[in-house]
Amino acid sequence: MSNNQEHKGAHPPEWFQHHFTDAEQQQESAKLGMWVFLLTEILFFGGLFCAYAIYRAWHPDMFINAHTALDWRMGGLNTIVLIVSSITMAMSIRSFQLNQQKQGVMLLVVTLMCAATFMVIKYFEYSHKFHVGQLPGKFYTFTGIEGTNPHIFFSIYFLMTGLHGIHVLVGMGVIIWLIMRAKKGHFGPAYYTPVEVTGLYWHLVDMVWIFLFPLFYLIG
Amino acid sequence: MSYSPAVDDNGLPSPNYLSSEKGLWSWLSTLDHKRIGILYLIGITIAFFLGGVFALLLRLELFFPGQQLVGPDTYNKLFTLHGAVMVFLFIIPSIPAALGNFVLPLQLGAKDVAFPRLNLASWYIYVAGSLFALYALVTGGVDTGWTFYTPYSTSSNTAVISITTGAFILGFSSIFTGMNFIVTIHKLRAPGMTWDRLPLMVWALYGTALIQVLATPVLAITLALLIMERTLGVGIFDPAMGGDPVLFQHFFWFYSHPAVYIMILPGMGIISELIAAFSKREIVGYKFVAGSSLAIALLGFLVWGHHMFTSGQSELASAIFSFLTFFVAIPSAIKVFNWTATLYKGRISLEVPMLYALGFLFLFAIGGLTGLFLGTLSVDIHLHDTYFIVAHFHYVMMGGTVIALIGGIHYWWPKMFGRMYSQFWGVVGFILVFVGFNVTFFSQFIMGSQGMPRRYWDYLPQFQRIHGISTVGAMILGTGLFIIAIYLIASLRRGTIVGPNPWGASTLEWETTSPPHPHNFENQPVVTGGPYDFNKPRV
Repeated sequence: MSNNQEHKGAHPPEWFQHHFTDAEQQQESAKLGMWVFLLTEILFFGGLFCAYAIYRAWHPDMFINAHTALDWRMGGLNTIVLIVSSITMAMSIRSFQLNQQKQGVMLLVVTLMCAATFMVIKYFEYSHKFHVGQLPGKFYTFTGIEGTNPHIFFSIYFLMTGLHGIHVLVGMGVIIWLIMRAKKGHFGPAYYTPVEVTGLYWHLVDMVWIFLFPLFYLIG
Repeated sequence: MSYSPAVDDNGLPSPNYLSSEKGLWSWLSTLDHKRIGILYLIGITIAFFLGGVFALLLRLELFFPGQQLVGPDTYNKLFTLHGAVMVFLFIIPSIPAALGNFVLPLQLGAKDVAFPRLNLASWYIYVAGSLFALYALVTGGVDTGWTFYTPYSTSSNTAVISITTGAFILGFSSIFTGMNFIVTIHKLRAPGMTWDRLPLMVWALYGTALIQVLATPVLAITLALLIMERTLGVGIFDPAMGGDPVLFQHFFWFYSHPAVYIMILPGMGIISELIAAFSKREIVGYKFVAGSSLAIALLGFLVWGHHMFTSGQSELASAIFSFLTFFVAIPSAIKVFNWTATLYKGRISLEVPMLYALGFLFLFAIGGLTGLFLGTLSVDIHLHDTYFIVAHFHYVMMGGTVIALIGGIHYWWPKMFGRMYSQFWGVVGFILVFVGFNVTFFSQFIMGSQGMPRRYWDYLPQFQRIHGISTVGAMILGTGLFIIAIYLIASLRRGTIVGPNPWGASTLEWETTSPPHPHNFENQPVVTGGPYDFNKPRV
């Protein structure tokens, strides 16, 4: 399938995949594909949200006691950082649509910086919890939280924020790849699909955090 | 038909997807959906063989009471691996990823699926997941049953982590296939291919893809949690840590019940194609058959609790799940009645694929109706965890899906390879499979209703005769499958060369050469009529 010399007329642009009939079909397909993928992501996280709901319903007092171990200022700062990164991501797509490649790359770099900031803040939060023994399941050694089974709160906290953190890291990898391609001038008004679908993914990662933040940091 | 008269070294129309590029690497790096379908076909055949060997070993062990071949611990591992291999390595990818990959773009009049690279990646992910599962096999096996129920799966000292990691990885292969199919069906249809002109196979694959995309991530997170439970002791499922083992069952069946429709729906799609092609009639109630695929996909998400009637869920929950379970019978029956009505006054030709379609109608009816026994609360209490349920799901999975798969392979084989297999051996193979299957599993309905529990290594002497009959049936079934494999492989070299449309079928894939052009159609097809219009030319 690699030889596509039989195309009639003008040579198609490099990014065009010959099994599509036109560029619009290719872009529409990519966007729908990403939306379907995001649906799977929602169900993937959904299992953990379900576990959260069940254990919070069974141990309501413990959840409220345990959430005081989290620092809402750090969580809040991270929320702001991620929302800013979502805005810069969206603006970057617009820049490529308007053929402002330099600005688009800049905005992607800012997005990447925000994601890195998020992970650094998360690192400080995690290392503090490791230090005092507020750890998942059988590694839980902290003694200052009253209520039944406080280790489960930290299991769910680490599972959900950990899975979210992995998604941030994957997103950072993809954004780096976008920056490298954008610097080579791959994106412009005719073709910006990879930036657009990465944007969709990035907004979902942001959205998940917007649910995690109040559910862990702001209860009680 | 306007196919070029040029032929390749093998006397097949040229260019075709089989001979246009040569060498192993051209296969391992292919982006062609037809080749990827063949790669999947090879993968699932190996998995089916492996799972089948486990099954035959189980039946041989059960030939007589007491120990024949293997001890009880090995027996537990054998049925676990039989189940896990058959479900995750074979039946889930079987029809969608192997046959579906091959025919879907052809039936839509597209050049390929929407994301060819993702399609190839899904095959490599499938291979990687399968290798993890095999690694579990060689490092001592697993003895939890394919359902990996907690708390036993968190304490068993067998290779639970490697096999669940394998299933986790395999899930992504399934998700990627589903994503690809949804987008392909939405965006890559040929001009004129409106939604009400889609072949019913496409509707079935669409319903299947929706389930793959919506249910599989839940299995993924469930298995990830199980792995976390074993490695980090997170306490979500482990009662000793304040966790809830029944929550595992809810999560597991939230995927695994819809997953049985991932297995059966594409089989139903094949049957729709076969009934139309060999009755030379438009499927009666096309819209209802198409819609029932979506209805089954939807209802499949609402009935997982019927696997847990005896697991300690509330009586109210059991009653609701039981009630909802009966609704699944409606779209299933719509399909069966419409297929039967299509046969009426059709010009029926009993070619080999049609034998499988008729076999499906018979076996699926038994499998489906016994499902209603099990969905009834009071009856299920008696039949739960007996051979009755083993027989029920084998009638649906093997008598339904596998029979449809084999029928589909026979139907599209000449399209895939341009050659026809031996009709005589085809009929012999079908008879052996059909008879062997019924002897194996109908006897299990009887012993199950008499109280023979499933998953037991040994049994009371009173069950000896019926277990013996079941084992003999399994041998006949195994022989039939072996014969089918032999003559199909033999036909690759010796089979007579066929034209584009040996069955006189009406859907788009039969309008290109056999085997098809690397880009499927030499000229973009334009669709002007329904999928089963046998009277007028459509392109």
